[in-house]
Amino acid sequence: MKRVVITGAGTINSLGHSVPDTLEAMREGRCGISELEFRDVERLAIKIGGQVRGFEAEGRFNRQQMSLYDRFTQFTLTAAKEAIQQSGIEFHGELAARSGVVLGTAGGGVSTWDDNYRSVYEDGKNRVHPFVVPKLMNNAAASHVSMEHNLKGPSFTVSTACASSNHAMALAFQMVRSGAAPAMLTGGSESMLCFGGVKAWEGLRVMSKDACRPFSANRNGMVQGEGAGVFVFEEYEHAKNRGSDILCEVVGFAMSSDAADIVMPSKQGASRAMAGALADARLNASDVGYINAHGTGTAANDKTECAAVADVFGKHADDLMISSTKSMHGHLIGGTGAVELLACIMALRDGIIAPTISYEEPDPECALDVVPNEAREAKIDVALSNAFAFGGLNAVLALKRV
Amino acid sequence: MSISDRVIAIIAEQAVLEPSDVKPDSTLEDLGIDSLGLVESIFAIEEEFDISIPFNANEPSASDFDISNVAAIIAGIEKLVSEKV
Repeated sequence: MKRVVITGAGTINSLGHSVPDTLEAMREGRCGISELEFRDVERLAIKIGGQVRGFEAEGRFNRQQMSLYDRFTQFTLTAAKEAIQQSGIEFHGELAARSGVVLGTAGGGVSTWDDNYRSVYEDGKNRVHPFVVPKLMNNAAASHVSMEHNLKGPSFTVSTACASSNHAMALAFQMVRSGAAPAMLTGGSESMLCFGGVKAWEGLRVMSKDACRPFSANRNGMVQGEGAGVFVFEEYEHAKNRGSDILCEVVGFAMSSDAADIVMPSKQGASRAMAGALADARLNASDVGYINAHGTGTAANDKTECAAVADVFGKHADDLMISSTKSMHGHLIGGTGAVELLACIMALRDGIIAPTISYEEPDPECALDVVPNEAREAKIDVALSNAFAFGGLNAVLALKRV
Repeated sequence: MSISDRVIAIIAEQAVLEPSDVKPDSTLEDLGIDSLGLVESIFAIEEEFDISIPFNANEPSASDFDISNVAAIIAGIEKLVSEKV
């Protein structure tokens, strides 16, 4: 089995348009959640979100590209470019032929669906632009990354709701670890902050109208975000021979299915995924210093997740830190695990633990060290990143300092 | 603007050329318009004239719409526009 390391990272989200800007915001505990701005927002009951500001497609992409790139693809290409630049990897010859792209998204081109449904249903038009299908398809982002950077190996898109990115990164990890691919671009993106995208979530009655307060006793729901996170996963020897800067090592993962309920989380399913990731990485529970929680800020997730952590880690659960950065960037749905992986990299590489902001009242059902409101300095060796999706599909990654 | 000028303007925009560079005997290939560019042009022309162009990208030659050069396209559009009630 090969060792797998991360040699490049890129992102765009409501906290920043790059990795350095995002990590700075996480260190400072800044909140990227604010009043939403888009057409028909006044007809929504939920009017806040972690929306990406100041991102214009004009100037970044040419006219032909803009007619083909939904916002989720634009985010992905922006993040992929940053990751590849940092990594310094160039895809040609045998490396290009064997390397690919695995990305997660829950909704794909949601705003393209929304705009065109509005056009034919509300405006009564009878014809849509010819690129609606290639623009909205869930694999559009992965395909455009492969075209832009000459990746000719295995590429596809994973869609497992809120765990999409973690499932995608787990598969990319597996491919590099098994030797099937020397390097993979992986992560995910989401762009659901449009009228139809938020209206659909409103229906579930799980959204907060004012803030995302994970683990806080007065939490009242989740807040949507948008953006992308993309990473270069590379075989260790290949990275070392190039002399590249290694951000951290990916050492294990596990996936599990609750097989129970389409929306309610299960302690057993979450526990099995965390314990499985430790077993896969051949780590002891006591090795883990930080967990980036799924931490959605809903009543059900946070208490279930804390109970699962207590089960898996026993007494060590009181010694480790667990935080939810969704309190800052919102829930990026299919892209969330990718942006949250940045907090794990910061913890391992810089020794800074991102906080859970907007934390106001302790909840006895979430009695762990949730790093409330302020980032903390701590040297840790191993971090886990949790994602527990609707549909009961769980994916946990284990990362290690190099 | 005449129908001809309006069609040429759409084709020129698609080809990223000046309208004066689009000649009646130019083929789409001459102008660098590929299959995706063609369907995009057809969409733009349908929108401009509020017509429906009988074109199937699977069998362009079998369609009842001649795209062999710019003059043929213009003639086809003029016919469709004249048939519009």
